[in-house]
Amino acid sequence: MKYLQRVYAWLDDRLGISDGILAALRHPVPRSVNWWYVLGSATLVAFVVQVITGVALAFTYVPAPISAYESLQFITNEAILGSVVRGIHYFGASAMVLLIAAHAARVFLMGSYKYPRELTWLTGVFLLLLTLGMAFTGQLLRWEQNAYWSMVVAAAQASRAPIVGELLMRIVVAGQTVGGATLTRFYATHVFLLPALMFLLIGLHLTLVLRHGISEPPRAGQPVDPKTYRRWYQDLLKRDGIPFWPEAAWRDVIFALAVGLVVVLLSIIVGPPPLGERADPTLVQAYPRPDWYFLWYFALLALIPPEIEDWVIIGFPVLVGVVLLALPFIAPSGERSPRRRPWAVAAVGLPAVAIAALTVQGLRAPWSPNLQAQALPAAVTAPLQGSAAQGAVLFSQKGCLACHVIAGTGGERGPDLSTVGARRSREELTWRILYGGIGMPAYGESLVPEEVTALVDFLETRTGR
Amino acid sequence: MNDAVRGAVSGLGGAEETRRRLMARAIVGLLGVAGAVVSIPILAYLLSPLLNPAPNVWRDVGGVDDFRLGEMKLVDFEEPSPLPWAGQTARTAAWVRRTGPASFIAFGVNCTHLGCPVNWLAEAGIFVCPCHGGVYYADGRVAAGPPPRPLFRYDIRVQNGRVQILARPLQLR
Repeated sequence: MKYLQRVYAWLDDRLGISDGILAALRHPVPRSVNWWYVLGSATLVAFVVQVITGVALAFTYVPAPISAYESLQFITNEAILGSVVRGIHYFGASAMVLLIAAHAARVFLMGSYKYPRELTWLTGVFLLLLTLGMAFTGQLLRWEQNAYWSMVVAAAQASRAPIVGELLMRIVVAGQTVGGATLTRFYATHVFLLPALMFLLIGLHLTLVLRHGISEPPRAGQPVDPKTYRRWYQDLLKRDGIPFWPEAAWRDVIFALAVGLVVVLLSIIVGPPPLGERADPTLVQAYPRPDWYFLWYFALLALIPPEIEDWVIIGFPVLVGVVLLALPFIAPSGERSPRRRPWAVAAVGLPAVAIAALTVQGLRAPWSPNLQAQALPAAVTAPLQGSAAQGAVLFSQKGCLACHVIAGTGGERGPDLSTVGARRSREELTWRILYGGIGMPAYGESLVPEEVTALVDFLETRTGR
Repeated sequence: MNDAVRGAVSGLGGAEETRRRLMARAIVGLLGVAGAVVSIPILAYLLSPLLNPAPNVWRDVGGVDDFRLGEMKLVDFEEPSPLPWAGQTARTAAWVRRTGPASFIAFGVNCTHLGCPVNWLAEAGIFVCPCHGGVYYADGRVAAGPPPRPLFRYDIRVQNGRVQILARPLQLR
């Protein structure tokens, strides 16, 4: 025991554990710090978990198109507990995205970004963007059909940028087409480039947290005045400060452990996302969609009018970035309490509701044709005779079913036609089929008159009665 | 304590300070130049995929008789400059239709909206994009939905009874 103490004393003297690390851990924080303050540290814990599981996955994952998919299959199905490691990396990523978003929202709502913590906020904004970058590049490393076509879509979006679009697209795909160079590019970005930047920024972020102290929970009617705040904060710490370790840190530890428990349980019970078909540019049966954290953006782009797409695809992320970066300079002082900042509450609440609603839409994706819809249910077709029966066959043959629902079968892109016979006249139906419109192709070129008549005969029977 | 040291410690001594500032600037400048020199090969290497112009290569996609008149067929062929480890992604696809005894027409599979692969619905005679419902006619014209322009065309020719496509880099806009 004595020997160990001597070893520790030697290490402490040479490393400066007490003076450096322990002193930093015991930095004073306001006594009123509460459960809202655990989100940042939990994000950091999630990052560490991602680094560890990521390194573990990199022991097996082979970042080449020939073998990426096979190595992931091996990790998931054959490596001992490989599926759990992949699961932790997946759910850990989800947790990190949620936590960093919640942390940013908390900091904004409590006005913690105000003087003198502007740079803490800015480094945090870059960490948020990098986390989203990690989420996106990580999804693509699965090298399945979804990942491949997502890269194509990402490249197509990049190509929409004014002037530099073509160049941006070439940078995204690393050359002429999505292939070998694209995968290694995304791999190096996901495994080396972005994590290195994150390590740097996290170091800076934590240094700034120590330098300026943890913001005290806001009180209404106690605005930040840059002239007096620093002195006031120092007095507060002297008067009513507690050492972060362990008096405040216990909450962080409990919360991080709870998040970790959820992540591990999910990775065991639910497991990592199943791998789709292997990436293959020659297979056109693909329907790329992002992981859940980008579904809302995917839905947003699908729901806006195509004419403004170019502006939104490039303008929206730029606008969000500019607003986030400009925030501490727009409002560096004044009230911090959300009770006195209704617009701040709205600025978090409305996007949160919008993102939730768009995510639900993104999951359903009603704007996508359902190319798998094959045939109408027998309950619809069985009672039909003659021309109407022929029309029902044409309805699925000619692709109508891909966009229209009848009796619960079909795609949701166009209107539900289950009761169209009661709503529209023969003339209206014929006109719409021949000339199309509102997102529907004109079938006048590809149908013969008898086919149109049969289709209209069939649709007329759809009265819902 | 001699004068020079005292000057340095107290921040006095104008000549000394000027000398040190000069020294610091020279060091930083030297490091900057070294960094710039090292960056040149790294940047050039990283950007090399952009600097190499893609060769346009004619690729064989089958014999003329493999295509029935009027039929839209999905063909696949090697892209112009594949990497040895590209595997299946060295290949790319196109929709080819025989429009006459020796005339063909070829479309890229990428929707002109956001690049998703368009599917040919043979019975309906239209291309449908599974992403946002872009629809094209058999000649590539936009029939409905968000695509801003017709399907991209490939150059296609017949040589000695073989159908050949001029493979080119990914085209998305």
